[in-house]
Amino acid sequence: MASICSVLPAMLCKFPAIDESTIRLARKAVDDSFKGFVRSYGNAIDTVVQPLQWFLNYLESLFVTSPWIVILALMVAIVYFGSRNINVTIGTALSMIAIGLVGLWNDTMVTLAMVTVCTLISILIGIPIGILMARSDRVQAFVNPILDVMQTMPSFVYLIPVVMIFGIGKVPGLIAVVIYAVPPMIRLTNLGIRLVDKEVLEAADAFGSSTWQKLKNVQMPLALPTIMAGINQTIMMSLAMVVVASMIGVGGLGKNVLQAIANQFFTVGFLNGFALVGIAIIFDRTSQAFGKRLQKHSEVIHG
Amino acid sequence: MASHAIEVKNLYKIFGPNGRDFVDAVKKGMGKAELNEEHGHVLGLQDINISMPAGGVMVVMGLSGSGKSTLIRHINRLIDPTAGEVLYDGVDVCKMSDNDLREFRRHKTAMVFQKFALLPHRTVLDNTVYGLEIQGIERKESEKRARGWIERVGLKGFENHFPNQLSGGMQQRVGLARALTNDADILLMDEAYSALDPLIRVDMQTVLLDLQKELKKTVVFITHDLDEALRLGDKIAILRDGRVVQQGTGQEIVLSPADDYITAFVKEVNRGRVINVETIMRPLSGNAEGVPLVTGTVLESAARTMTAARVGIAHVVDENGRPIGALDLSTVIAAMVTPVSHEDRAAA
Repeated sequence: MASICSVLPAMLCKFPAIDESTIRLARKAVDDSFKGFVRSYGNAIDTVVQPLQWFLNYLESLFVTSPWIVILALMVAIVYFGSRNINVTIGTALSMIAIGLVGLWNDTMVTLAMVTVCTLISILIGIPIGILMARSDRVQAFVNPILDVMQTMPSFVYLIPVVMIFGIGKVPGLIAVVIYAVPPMIRLTNLGIRLVDKEVLEAADAFGSSTWQKLKNVQMPLALPTIMAGINQTIMMSLAMVVVASMIGVGGLGKNVLQAIANQFFTVGFLNGFALVGIAIIFDRTSQAFGKRLQKHSEVIHG
Repeated sequence: MASHAIEVKNLYKIFGPNGRDFVDAVKKGMGKAELNEEHGHVLGLQDINISMPAGGVMVVMGLSGSGKSTLIRHINRLIDPTAGEVLYDGVDVCKMSDNDLREFRRHKTAMVFQKFALLPHRTVLDNTVYGLEIQGIERKESEKRARGWIERVGLKGFENHFPNQLSGGMQQRVGLARALTNDADILLMDEAYSALDPLIRVDMQTVLLDLQKELKKTVVFITHDLDEALRLGDKIAILRDGRVVQQGTGQEIVLSPADDYITAFVKEVNRGRVINVETIMRPLSGNAEGVPLVTGTVLESAARTMTAARVGIAHVVDENGRPIGALDLSTVIAAMVTPVSHEDRAAA
């Protein structure tokens, strides 16, 4: 192919990149301004997110210091009353006991605390944004590309600014996880509300519902199955991301996996991996069964 | 309850981004096809003038695409008109503020939908109280009123069922109970019975007529079925391509259809159930003979009475029993048969 270059102008043969010194200058300018931003506002941001740190620490110590039997009983109770499914409940008890037997109980509790907080925050952020998106096409056109970036940007890349601002620790880990896990929550809330039957909405209008009444009585209840699917996705993505977040100081199962990768500890890696799979399946089956139970009214179809 | 008439005046609806710009063109005679092909706008309604009787059933009839569902949505302004007025109690619904409109919808109107539009996650009872809940009425009170209407429409015992546990006819009874519980002057029924089986439809028509005898609401009923229109309507307006082709009582429409389009419709009608004896009677000459028939009796039951009594002659009496006219069996039968002229016009 080099022979083609002999007849072509150099410009069309080798891509005319901006020269390196210019790029270096631009890069330095961006980096410096971001560092300057971190220097001047870092403390302020830290103060704002301090409550998150407290909440996270509180929940983690609660999970870790409580006797295992209490936690196990509580989990089994929540799973049973959520799913009303005896198989899922027994599966939960067995996998938690297995996790405890191989000595991963405490690490699992740390991960569980992290995932719980991440999921709650994702729901808290995701549902209002999803509602706003469903109400306005303009908001949707604005938010959608942002969500695309959040979902496709390699997670390691946005760990960089997060670490620059917050340093290393649980809160930056939490923020990284939420960035990764919140898009499905937002998307599916938006979708669920947009898919609500137009005729039912028209009926709500015809009876003089206000915007809030329509949201509360019609849109949210009818969008609930889709929103539940969003919550389920968010939990799954949080669990996947806690492993990556262990690189910036999140403890628990993810940290063990990271160490196993670094040292080629085959067994440790898989044990921790399977512990993660175990809690992922518990969360998934419970939230799905719960979502299905909320839809009981749609199951009985008149023949 | 005192009911009020609804006046629809010079109503135009043109669907599309710049509908307002084409009102004048339509007034000057631009047709539906031209508007759609050359300007990409759809003519929904043009120059609608209907006075809907207070406390009576106004039926708006037309085939699909005639604009009848668009018209009924202007009365509670689910659709905004491009031009014109909808007057209720002297107030133009189209000019109400958002707040006034919401109050108007809450207290003055109730609507029944073709596809029921019930809330699938709510039980029959919770669906029925919906209007009152929106108004902010206490749950205990609204539940009491809702239970009353659920019983009236024949759904007692189904209060805690979900809509999709019920058949179509039962679901529409819920829709009707929900609308009646609102206790509004105006009852809007958008093809309310079109999705039901013929027998259930007749059944529901009877429910509505029975209720209407005591409620005397201003009902606006949309249908594509002329038999339904004739059975329910105190007044009927027939719509075609967004324009009123004829309006009047059922008898007026059956006896003197305005054009070939309506003639074609009317041809299939069972005239014996529409035309009254006083319409075809001749002035009384001499004494009243044969069986007495009260004014308002339809031809079919007149013929039944006369054949049962084995007489060929009858006389018509008013409410006080005073004879006012006479007729014989052959006149009755002649009037029940579709006139040849209509057959010709329809065939042409």
